[in-house]
Amino acid sequence: MAVVWIPSLLQSLTSGEEKVSVQGATVGEIIDNLEARFPGIKDRLVDGAEIRPHIAVAIDGDVSPEGLEQDVQESSEIHFIPALSGGVADVPRSVLVISASRLS
Amino acid sequence: MAESTTYKVIGTRPIRHDGVDKVTGRAIYGADVQMAGLLHGKVLRSPHAHARIRSIDVSRALALPGVKAVVTSADLPPAEDRTIQLGEGGVNLKYLSHNILAGDKVLYKGHPIAAVAATSPHLAEEALALIHVEYEVLPPVLDVREAMQDDAPLLHDNLKTKSLGQDTDKQSNIATHTQFKVGDVEKGFQEADVVIEREFTTATVHQGYIEPHNATAMWNPDGQLTIWESTQGAFTVQRQLAPVLGIPVAQIRVIPAEIGGGFGGKINLYLEPIAAVLSKKTGHPVKVLMNRAEVFESTGPTPGSYIRVKMGATKDGRLIAAQAYMAYEAGGYPGSPIGAGMMCIFTPYDIPNVLIDGFDVVVNKPKTAPYRAPGATNAAFAAETVVDELGEKLGLDPLQFRLRNAVKEGMRRPDGPTHPRIGYLETVQAALNSDHYRTPLEGPNVGRGVASGYWFNVGLQSSVSISVNADGSVTLVEGSTDIGGTRASIAMQAAEVLGLKAEEVRPIVADTAGVGYNDVTGGSRTTFASGYAAIEAAHDVLRQMTERAARIWKVEPQDVRFADGVFHHAKEADQRLTFKDVAAQLGRTGGSLTGQATVAPRGVGGAFATHIVDLQVDPETGKVTILRYTAVQDVGKAIHPSYVEGQMQGGAVQGIGWALNEEYFYNDKGMMANASFLDYRMPTSLDLPMIDTILVEVPNPGHPFGVRGVGEVPIVPPVAAIANAIYRAVGVRMCHSPMSPGLVMTEILAKG
Repeated sequence: MAVVWIPSLLQSLTSGEEKVSVQGATVGEIIDNLEARFPGIKDRLVDGAEIRPHIAVAIDGDVSPEGLEQDVQESSEIHFIPALSGGVADVPRSVLVISASRLS
Repeated sequence: MAESTTYKVIGTRPIRHDGVDKVTGRAIYGADVQMAGLLHGKVLRSPHAHARIRSIDVSRALALPGVKAVVTSADLPPAEDRTIQLGEGGVNLKYLSHNILAGDKVLYKGHPIAAVAATSPHLAEEALALIHVEYEVLPPVLDVREAMQDDAPLLHDNLKTKSLGQDTDKQSNIATHTQFKVGDVEKGFQEADVVIEREFTTATVHQGYIEPHNATAMWNPDGQLTIWESTQGAFTVQRQLAPVLGIPVAQIRVIPAEIGGGFGGKINLYLEPIAAVLSKKTGHPVKVLMNRAEVFESTGPTPGSYIRVKMGATKDGRLIAAQAYMAYEAGGYPGSPIGAGMMCIFTPYDIPNVLIDGFDVVVNKPKTAPYRAPGATNAAFAAETVVDELGEKLGLDPLQFRLRNAVKEGMRRPDGPTHPRIGYLETVQAALNSDHYRTPLEGPNVGRGVASGYWFNVGLQSSVSISVNADGSVTLVEGSTDIGGTRASIAMQAAEVLGLKAEEVRPIVADTAGVGYNDVTGGSRTTFASGYAAIEAAHDVLRQMTERAARIWKVEPQDVRFADGVFHHAKEADQRLTFKDVAAQLGRTGGSLTGQATVAPRGVGGAFATHIVDLQVDPETGKVTILRYTAVQDVGKAIHPSYVEGQMQGGAVQGIGWALNEEYFYNDKGMMANASFLDYRMPTSLDLPMIDTILVEVPNPGHPFGVRGVGEVPIVPPVAAIANAIYRAVGVRMCHSPMSPGLVMTEILAKG
């Protein structure tokens, strides 16, 4: 199962757990399964059919532009990186998001 | 992995392709644009830092002979308070639009309110004086900590603090609160033998590019809009303009002129929509230029900030805990580089317990824009000063202390992901071994300081096409504005693959209609990502050229191999065709040939730098004189070492200016008092010694040639390095930037 690192500001929803193993073949499935275990967490991460504008999702260090559709491997490590406007806030989030990443 | 470690082109220093045009003055900049029927636009800007607009009367201006149109925010489509999707992400349309032409409020002195198009710039300026605006002046808030107070004047009626998807119900100037947490910081401090805590403030600073903003627009009756301008990202302008103007992306063509500096400041929209709606109203092309005061007062500086840092170490010299409270000024609208500052503040070090809280705060100053490693210089000033003090308390050499705690491959960043192969350790070692550091510094009131810095760099999207000419030269079409020699660095990567000389590749920066999508020249991404695209496009060329060679020899492509610029017949050793030979026969073997690639490369390599500075403080005036400066940096593989050195030197010099001179002076009404280069003092060559550079080449495994972005990290360490050197010189810890003579003198006198 993929390992999801829970942002500190969401750890109140996971009873303080910093990382959890979650089933799912895509980021969307991962979030749905997180929601089943930790009600309320999906609303903090997702707005409609998109990851919230100021959140990036990084899979194994690579921030994905595919958002909820991004494939996830069994061995993947997932980070939700919060509010990284990176000073480029007036341009598309492609800049904001990927600037948040160390792409390995 | 790197394709080869022995290169013919990469690592050499050819003359840049655009060099002659630039040194002879032939290069065409945005202000040079001329065309028939051109009108001239001028912008009316707010005289107040914070006010509600009661009414705008433009009738007298419109009546002035020669005036063709006046526009206000009413001429833009309604700007809803919602996030709009721009490809892969979103921005708040209201904030974006109202920063271009104010809605019902002005949020900083210089905020655009209206614009005039007239037959001459002078008439347009005269007309501005005839526009009557009725204001309800409101109290401004200029300091980030004051803006965070409960009783602070509020800039926005509907702004509430967001904290990772959770909104508070309370109106506030705090747009966001973000947090990174690793381990247990309180436990870490309890285990520490030495703990240092200090508060830091930094003033608002401008990028100071020499060329002011400009835009010329032609909105044809058929709805097609063309913009000529100075920008770091033509496609980014195009994508932002579409929702602001309410027209499809495909109707907008953005033609980037040469750029006279940007440093991050030429990404946001300012004049483009204004020129566009003036052109739409008049049916003429309209050119709008800023003067220097407008650049200072109305375009994005880097934020002023307040940072509190607490760090703890054990007696054996190990950093064990670090905490930061960081509040950055966003200017009139949300969007400071707080996230980037948080990502960078402690990243050079392996620290088991970290807690970082960051706040994005609106104040009555111009909306901030990126400035070279945005947010990281402020952060490094705070962290590296405390690191220096910890090392001193522990009796350790400052570089040895950094070496002992240096972050390495596989270690985790405070924001989560782990580092790939990085070269921070190597920069510290190189600094330790440098002639500069090994040379004793002697004299009265002199001091040597060091500091390190990190910038993560970005990748994003790039497209390149390469056409093969009949003589065997190639034309490379890219879409990345060339600010620091990237025509050369991109062309050299293609040349390396194709077995050509750098001069045989002619790089052209195309407009939005001439090449596939390219993100901005920013984030130190261009040599990495557009270079990556050039490599891929060159491989596409080679694949097609191989097919042509096979056609000439009447063999299968797999029977042709390419090496050192020559195609070889795999079965007949004496059969060979040079790149030029095949190019000459393109017409007979299927027609002309173009290779292309569009990439969104992963594998961005983060950059680290360590700087050393020697300086002298005049104990009677507080003036600081830089005596010697060395910038050490992990640059990955340096494609064109001269331009890498230039980036390092330029970044260091900007950082020195930030450290010693530069700041926005505001009065209590929010008026900037020094909006000219005469009073906003940037360092010149007369102020500084030669900046020495040491290139540490730790190849980035994520790029075929090992490229890392190099442009931004050199501005990260200088402010801290200078603060640490001043301490060594006169024994005072400087906690505010700039460290102007008056401030240094105040600290010296306070020390007694």
